[in-house]
Amino acid sequence: MKFVDEFRNNEYSRKLVEKLNNITSEKINIMEVCGTHTMAIFKYGIRDVLPPNINLISGPGCPVCVTPQSYIDTAITLSEKNDVIIATFGDMMKVPGKKGSLSKAKAEGIDVRIVYSPMDCLEMALENPSKKIVFLSVGFETTAPMTAITAIEAKKNNIKNLFFHTAHKIVPPAMEALVQDKDLNIDGFLLPGHVCAINGTKPYEFLSRDYNIPGVVTGFEPIDILQGLNTLVSLISKKEYRIENEYKRIVKTEGNPTALEYLNKTFDIVNSSWRGMGIIPKSGLEFNSEYEYFDALKYFNIDYEEYDGSPGCKCGEILKGKIKPTDCPLFKKLCTPENPVGSCMVSSEGTCAAYYRYHKVVK
Amino acid sequence: MQGGLQMDDTITLSHGSGGVQTNRLINEVFFKYFGNDILNQMNDAAQVDIDFKKLAFTTDSFVVNPIFFNGGNIGKLAVCGTVNDLAVSGAKPLYLTSAFIIEEGFPIKKLEEIVKSMADEANKSGVKIVAGDTKVVEKGSVDGIFINTSGIGRIYENVNINCSNAKAGDVVIINGTLGDHGMTIMCERNKLGLEGNLKSDCACLNSLVDSMLEAYAGIHVIRDATRGGVAAVLNEISEFSNVTIALEENSLPLTEEVKGASEMLGLDPLYIANEGKLCVFVPEAHAQKVLDVMRKHPLGSNATIIGKVTQESGQKVYLNTVVGGKRLVDMPSGIQLPRIC
Repeated sequence: MKFVDEFRNNEYSRKLVEKLNNITSEKINIMEVCGTHTMAIFKYGIRDVLPPNINLISGPGCPVCVTPQSYIDTAITLSEKNDVIIATFGDMMKVPGKKGSLSKAKAEGIDVRIVYSPMDCLEMALENPSKKIVFLSVGFETTAPMTAITAIEAKKNNIKNLFFHTAHKIVPPAMEALVQDKDLNIDGFLLPGHVCAINGTKPYEFLSRDYNIPGVVTGFEPIDILQGLNTLVSLISKKEYRIENEYKRIVKTEGNPTALEYLNKTFDIVNSSWRGMGIIPKSGLEFNSEYEYFDALKYFNIDYEEYDGSPGCKCGEILKGKIKPTDCPLFKKLCTPENPVGSCMVSSEGTCAAYYRYHKVVK
Repeated sequence: MQGGLQMDDTITLSHGSGGVQTNRLINEVFFKYFGNDILNQMNDAAQVDIDFKKLAFTTDSFVVNPIFFNGGNIGKLAVCGTVNDLAVSGAKPLYLTSAFIIEEGFPIKKLEEIVKSMADEANKSGVKIVAGDTKVVEKGSVDGIFINTSGIGRIYENVNINCSNAKAGDVVIINGTLGDHGMTIMCERNKLGLEGNLKSDCACLNSLVDSMLEAYAGIHVIRDATRGGVAAVLNEISEFSNVTIALEENSLPLTEEVKGASEMLGLDPLYIANEGKLCVFVPEAHAQKVLDVMRKHPLGSNATIIGKVTQESGQKVYLNTVVGGKRLVDMPSGIQLPRIC
């Protein structure tokens, strides 16, 4: 398969592993920000082949994981209103709120439908004129443009029964919060390839300029990740602080101007609360005045009160990379994919889910 | 036919009431296609002569949505599923029963199409449908049509296939590409509109199993990799046989379509359902002759070795990855849901 098979080549990936083992022996902490990277690193057994001095820390880049419990509870409240159909990405179904999960609420009778793109909601709204469709619109710069274009299309076509419960977040401000945290000692970042495809590489330049931390944009195939690590470890060992792009087949320096234009047209940048990390300035997106009709909380007049946290759940520290899932007393005991306490255990991109599925000694 | 069924008609509750309409439906749809010497006796229970000591007996219910999909329909699936459960137990499938629960309003034409494909598969695989039942329920009580099939088969002498028989040194063979059925259903159900030729692998595997057992009757384990995919089946075998199974990532056969859709949706083909794939555990010394006959069979032309049972202690399944790492292939949990980005 084009663009996949070439990046899963045995021989070349083993050469990259060998090279990576010979760059430096100094201890290096690297954070992979993106949940898709975390999963890919486990899926391809990359941790197994890294030299012991390279420590990979999983970051907060899982949209489901950083969404507070109150968001899910509000979604369930919305679903209980007359004539509401909830439309959601599959990942959200099993996430536990204080009231339970959407999956459980579905079994009890609410109308929840899994969609693969918010654009599917346009059709759903037209097919169900007597219903109100509420799309659970979470995600980073990667999914926000699709929400934007869906709202633009809905406005253009005068669709009045489609709404969005939004919790979109933007990644670079969260990374700034991480590098300012004195307890974390990050030497370099694997930058999130999908997010960079939208916002380009410039929003990350503050890392090298202001904090002397290099970053490398990488893709998600094994060779992408190994190549990204080689470049990053070289930059760190030579103390060359800059942002490199090793995912040029997808990521342009300026990002995707069309997608950015859609975001500008529909959203304002606002302060946003990240699960486990608190409120991060200018890290969220909210419909601007021209599009606020589509905001489900405003339309249904919901008084949204934000809260989070299950007793004992260490998701917050895990999302910041301060501890590993295996350090959480609930991990694999009270908290499993069947009975998750925190969203990091259920999301397909969650660090706890990755550790649960893949992190066992198989040697 | 005067007073007969109009094929553009729909099923109504009266078709399940046991009266005239029921009989008409039975005669003009079910008997028309399923008819055979045993069924035609119309007894309350099928009466069959047997001349063997050990039988295999199984049952399965089919509720697939969409009812018709590229590569088959619920009826074909209902026959293949039960025939395959018998075949991979080392049995020659002989007799099936089929029970239908139909939603009122279901088009008779579609029912006939389903019944016809069941009869075609039964004929191809050499089994007889010897008893049946039809119930009609009110709108909304089932999703169109549900089918249950049960089956019995004669277990071959000198064959001992059991999921506790896998041994260190066995190789693991699969008869073709992974995840074709599950991915087809997922894409059609959710109208993903992916281009390409995603097609269910739904097929009766009994003649393939016959040729494998002819080549080597001492095969340790055969399992069809249906729900939960190859990962679920191998984890069960690992547990029951108390062995460790190592797979090679590079050897897993995938169609371009399934590979592409899996990448896009963030799903792992090892966990996606198949309806015409089986995993075979055979001692390495006999693997080549089994593989050779499989590759000569139309349902095994892409047969390949995907892994082996190692000498390691413990019950686990892992994958040797392309970068030279190892990754655990755990038992699936919950349903596979596509990722956000």
